[in-house]
Amino acid sequence: MSKILDDLRYADSHEWVKLDGDIATVGITDYAQHALGSIVYVDMPEPGDEVTAGEEFGAVESVKAASDLISPVSGEVVEINSDLEDSPELVNEDAFANWIMKVKVSDPSEIDSLLDAAAYAGICEE
Amino acid sequence: MKYYDKLVFELSRPGRKGYELPADNYGNNALQSLPADLLRRDEAQLPEVSELDVVRHYTNLSMKNFGVDTGFYPLGSCTMKYNPKINEEVAADPAFTAIHPLQDAKSTQGALELYYNLQRALSEIAGLHEFTLNPYAGAHGELTGLMVMRAYHIANGDEKRTKVIVPDSAHGTNPASAMVAGLQVVEVKSKPNGSIDVEDLKPLLDDTVAGIMMTNPNTLGMFETEIMEIASLVHEAGGLLYYDGANLNPLLGKVRPGDMGFDIMHINLHKTFSTPHGGGGPGSGPVGVVEKLARFLPNPKVVKNADGSFGVSTGSESLGSVSTFFGNFGVMMRAYAYILTLGKENIRNVGPLATLNANYIKESLKDDYLLPIEGACKHEFVFDGLKDKSTGVTTLNVAKRLLDYGFHAPTIYFPLLFHESMMIEPTETESLETLDEFIEVMHKVAREARETPDAVKDAPLTTLVRKLDETGAAKNPVLTYRQYLAGESK
Repeated sequence: MSKILDDLRYADSHEWVKLDGDIATVGITDYAQHALGSIVYVDMPEPGDEVTAGEEFGAVESVKAASDLISPVSGEVVEINSDLEDSPELVNEDAFANWIMKVKVSDPSEIDSLLDAAAYAGICEE
Repeated sequence: MKYYDKLVFELSRPGRKGYELPADNYGNNALQSLPADLLRRDEAQLPEVSELDVVRHYTNLSMKNFGVDTGFYPLGSCTMKYNPKINEEVAADPAFTAIHPLQDAKSTQGALELYYNLQRALSEIAGLHEFTLNPYAGAHGELTGLMVMRAYHIANGDEKRTKVIVPDSAHGTNPASAMVAGLQVVEVKSKPNGSIDVEDLKPLLDDTVAGIMMTNPNTLGMFETEIMEIASLVHEAGGLLYYDGANLNPLLGKVRPGDMGFDIMHINLHKTFSTPHGGGGPGSGPVGVVEKLARFLPNPKVVKNADGSFGVSTGSESLGSVSTFFGNFGVMMRAYAYILTLGKENIRNVGPLATLNANYIKESLKDDYLLPIEGACKHEFVFDGLKDKSTGVTTLNVAKRLLDYGFHAPTIYFPLLFHESMMIEPTETESLETLDEFIEVMHKVAREARETPDAVKDAPLTTLVRKLDETGAAKNPVLTYRQYLAGESK
């Protein structure tokens, strides 16, 4: 059974978000890393890039497949997790601790339309 | 010699050789006429070996191959059917192999006739007006077909039609070909059984639609029963229907893509028409079209003259050339031999037998493997891994364990609609005995997964190269012998 953290919000494309002030930390869920299998590469944006909710911001490549990463929020990328450049497998080890990007959000209310833990758990059950 | 793993360079000893060159009677003219900066300064690093070294080396390497000639090869979506040896005999005939496409057509009548006759046979089988045999393989055929689609809309002055609808379950080549052809890809959702969702399709059909790309049966091996409705919706919107011939095998001689409303299709001769592939030989991706699109097909074309002779022509509205001369002619010879060997009546048995074999395996294994879609499939089907997921044994582990038992693994982790996809296509050329052996081994692996899961996770146990480090290979690929040696010395 995949781990789902209660204090996060989720997109149905299997990204998680944690909002702290106007900074959103984004990663992929434990369910997603499990479904992908061994991750060999994370294609990340660069700090300063603009991301838009619902649009691609990078990709994650595993031994099974390459999947687009869809941004759950809009805003400017302020930081990326550079540890993942050399050690993408960290996402497999702990998908919630090993976030992918931090975004200064332009509209914090966007997060309200995302799923809460219970609703996301429902999607993973399907 | 099962564990033979030498490189020919490792056998090399200075001065050892197995050949003798004739005396140089021409005074090395070539060397004198080449510019100095193109001449090699050092000796070529070629292995120096005896004839016996060479024979043993390559014979031993060949024994490590797995192919249709050595065992069952249920690689889904690839149609790894047996490649009859009569095809090879025909293709090796010097009357064909010793000619050149730039020869005068008068001296190559036989080859042109073969091209023309195969083109007509494929048109009959597909229910389409005309084929080009020039594209080199499946994806090249897709690109050619989409270029025809684009040329048609442009000729109609309808340049805004740049949208190609592709189902989310399609082979990855479909959207890739559309992008390369300069068209935009729009995804249409599929229903749980892999069929196109007609309600999701309707809103996409506006006046910017160039066409839709489909397979039938779809990627899950299920027949698209709503194809006639889809065809009329797309045609009403002014779009064209493209048929990806990857899954043609179950329909061969039974159902014709042209009759289902498709305007353009490619055929993989190396799948449906029994020519070698998967490292065994080049492909060939003939493209067929309805009458109104024939003028856009690539040059050159082979035509039959009024006097019954054959000639080469180029059409002025053609999209141009997509290959050197006529594509992979050797593959066409094999496919033509296959069609003539089977004949009009026997070719109708290909699809039903391929379908029967796939359904037999599916029904025999669904107690141990998770079948996400019930019901009759066509030539292939998809399991979503083992039914009992509690052991942690994955589709990858099962695939590797099959190698220990002498079977090629099925296609795994495709389609992406399921997490543990295992796509099985037996083809019509396998006997009941072979299918039963495969079924027995699949049951055995499922039993091992329950009883000794850790052993299955370590598979393969008996192959020369054991479980590969796929993550390491993707992160630090070693692609040349030099890189390998550099890694050894670290």
